[in-house]
Amino acid sequence: MTATETAPLIPSFDDDDQNGRKLAIICSKGNLDMAYPGLILANAALGEGVETHLFFTFWGFDMINKSTMDDLKFTMLGNTATHMPQGLGGLPGMTAMATHRMKKSIEEIGVPDVPEFLQQIVDSGGHLWACRMSADMQHLEAEDLYDEVEAIISASDFIEKTDGAQLLFI
Amino acid sequence: MPTTTIGSNEIHVDDEGFMTQYDEWTEDLGTALAAQIGIEMSDEHWKAIRFLRSDFTEHGETATLRRVTTLGGIPTKQLFTLFPKKPAKKMAYVAGLPKPRGCV
Repeated sequence: MTATETAPLIPSFDDDDQNGRKLAIICSKGNLDMAYPGLILANAALGEGVETHLFFTFWGFDMINKSTMDDLKFTMLGNTATHMPQGLGGLPGMTAMATHRMKKSIEEIGVPDVPEFLQQIVDSGGHLWACRMSADMQHLEAEDLYDEVEAIISASDFIEKTDGAQLLFI
Repeated sequence: MPTTTIGSNEIHVDDEGFMTQYDEWTEDLGTALAAQIGIEMSDEHWKAIRFLRSDFTEHGETATLRRVTTLGGIPTKQLFTLFPKKPAKKMAYVAGLPKPRGCV
């Protein structure tokens, strides 16, 4: 079909959008495969001009704990989606191998590792928050966490900060 | 495929207004496209747009923000300043390329 527009056809970038869309993502898992959904969605939302807040809690603390953030693991155990015999996952070295493979596949498609991904999210204007209770349980302080984490806050602080936001729990 | 007129140029675009013919683009047209979305081109804007154009010929796809940062050497923060709110899509528009397909 050929049509000639009279006024120029220009994509809508919603620059005048005043609805202030917000996204809150709660990251509660510390497995490598469960770290990525939150990071990818946060990055996508920021690229669409959406104000984005990530709250790291429980096992999700591993994503921002300096001593673990670059060493998240993937295990076949309890994950039927690998379509491998479950017993295999328990053999020595299998988690290391599965982790290595997953990291390689992620790298091959140009997706950064966890620390670099967090930096990209912050550079894109995203906000990182750490859960007070998780910090207390693990006896961790702000200096133990990734430098770009803005603060350790309570669950109610996070709920307050993300007033009106759409929320994802991962 | 619809066409639209920007300045004195008639260009082929998709339903949203992104250009579909790589060779119809010129830098003058890029300046005109940028003006349509409220962007005045500076040298820094051009650095990003020229990277997108040359990367597209090599890679066959519009570069994602990450690619512009890692390969094009322009920090992510700066891209959000140069092309506010939706940098990847705005850069693609100004460069006369399709919207990026990649997630990251």
